Amino acid sequence: MDLGQTITIPALCSHLLVGLSRAMILFVVTSGMSFVLGVLRVPNVAHGSLYMIGAFSAFSISTLLGGGSTGFLVALVLAPLVVALVSLIAERSLFCHLYEREHLMLLLFTFALMLILGDLVKMVWGPDYRSIMAPELLRGSATVFGAPFPRYNLFLLIIGPLVAIGLWLFSNKTKIGKIARAAAVDREMVGAIGINVSRVFAFAFVFGCFLAGLGGALVSPMVSITIGMDHDIVMDAFLIVTIGGLGNMWGALVGSLIFGITQSFGVLLLPQFAIVFPYLAVVVILIWRPTGMLKSVW
Amino acid sequence: MSKGFFGLKSFIPVAGFLIILLILPGIIPRFYTYILTLIFVTGLLAMSLNLVVGHGGLFQFHHCAFYGVGAYAFALILTKTSLPTWVAFVAGPLMAATVGLIIGWLCVRLNKLYFGMLQIALGSLIWAVAFRWYSLTGGDDGIHGIPMPALLDSINSAYYFILILLLICLIVLYLILKSPFGLTLRAIRDNPERCETVGVNVKLHKLAAIVIATFFAGIAGTLFVVVERSVFPDLLFWVFSLEVFIMCLLGGWFTFPGPILGAAMMVSLRTFVGAYTEYWTLIVGVILILLIFFLPEGVLGYLIRKSKGLRVGSAGEG
Repeated sequence: MDLGQTITIPALCSHLLVGLSRAMILFVVTSGMSFVLGVLRVPNVAHGSLYMIGAFSAFSISTLLGGGSTGFLVALVLAPLVVALVSLIAERSLFCHLYEREHLMLLLFTFALMLILGDLVKMVWGPDYRSIMAPELLRGSATVFGAPFPRYNLFLLIIGPLVAIGLWLFSNKTKIGKIARAAAVDREMVGAIGINVSRVFAFAFVFGCFLAGLGGALVSPMVSITIGMDHDIVMDAFLIVTIGGLGNMWGALVGSLIFGITQSFGVLLLPQFAIVFPYLAVVVILIWRPTGMLKSVW
Repeated sequence: MSKGFFGLKSFIPVAGFLIILLILPGIIPRFYTYILTLIFVTGLLAMSLNLVVGHGGLFQFHHCAFYGVGAYAFALILTKTSLPTWVAFVAGPLMAATVGLIIGWLCVRLNKLYFGMLQIALGSLIWAVAFRWYSLTGGDDGIHGIPMPALLDSINSAYYFILILLLICLIVLYLILKSPFGLTLRAIRDNPERCETVGVNVKLHKLAAIVIATFFAGIAGTLFVVVERSVFPDLLFWVFSLEVFIMCLLGGWFTFPGPILGAAMMVSLRTFVGAYTEYWTLIVGVILILLIFFLPEGVLGYLIRKSKGLRVGSAGEG
């Protein structure tokens, strides 16, 4: 087993920044999952598939528009909307009829949805690897603390906090956000005061999936887009949501930071076993605090 | 069959079914024998999961970790050491049960979903190590061409060997479920607080159930290697764990042989639909959705309820 590169201050800083920007992607995805989990109380296994659809749609939209800077920006806006549409169809046609059922059934439904969406993506986009370029402004690298650092990751470091602020404003300052938060805490009461709970659920589900699509669109210039990326992210997203505190948006942020940073420092320490470190962190946290770092809404 | 494994009424169909299974390899092509063997192995895995999920009510989300540990332990002893084969056969399940004891001990103090998530984290840890430790486990390639003793070399002998072991395991599992321990386990599933109050050590019972289930998962893992002669990290991946979960649901949670039926359906679907189209998971997904909507107790659960309903109905008329 070879050790990673020699640990210097610039190397540490650049790994920290890479970890942070990875955490931002994870945060966008997991905040959506956390939202669904909080309001509907369902771990949405299909969340990763929607993330994958987001990435593939971003690819198609930006290729359709010539692959330039505007193409990518339009894709960043449209791809999450495509995902939201897909989830809206799935929710209104099938999922909404199951809310009265046992919890495990809802979980299994989302698993079935994952299987179906995975194959639909294979049908539409095929099994090949796809990739898109970031807009010119965000290509290349800038020097941060004496180490080269990809510009796109810096862009993510700006987007992540913006999404967090947007989510906070949305759930605290808008009426629908407040209703969704109330439904997360006490759904019977929300129903009792005359709010259509089924519609709130639909909204929460679609909104959560929208965030998954946004995460997929954001990650698309960084990775090779391929089938199988759904499996890779969804379990990580679950673990992040769990260590953060189920249904707690800030918990999703804390969990993403832990996950992203342990992974990038893992690359620095033991590149071969880098993927082991985040899981180890999850195990330690769950043993130390069995219900997650922050207060869960359950 | 759920009423009495040894009752006279169910003895005749069970014996008939067994005789059919015994003569089948002589009639059907090799490929079908292989599929049947695979069904036995996967069925045993699903049965072991159902012990903790259906009867114990635990969120055992990463059962395949133990299946994979059994398979890897067996494969590694056969390929990396010169120990006799029987040692490997004993070590596979024991290793799985040991890992089950450690993971179970860590998990039982957590509740419901947190239990499942901690187990997934621990199981993913094992998966990540197996996936990356190229020098020992072969990494994502796995280990192939594992040598088998001459006795198990042909698919037919492997078939009989696995069938006999499966029957022994099923009888043991049945006896466990009928024992006071099995009854206590179901009582804990239905009302843990009350069990705690009357003095049952809930955590210890859960842990014991996990160790037993992981031991049987380990047996299934070693038998998988006997059939396939290879191990690979996908055996330990969480997607497979969910698939086994679905087998239990497909067949019927609260029936004894349900999970085997589910495993048979799943394996045949994958083999036969998979041979016809590459989009077989789509079809599995659609079937699953139909099942959730129309047969939430699973196929066997539905059939049993239906037959009971008929009997009650006719008794009412008479």
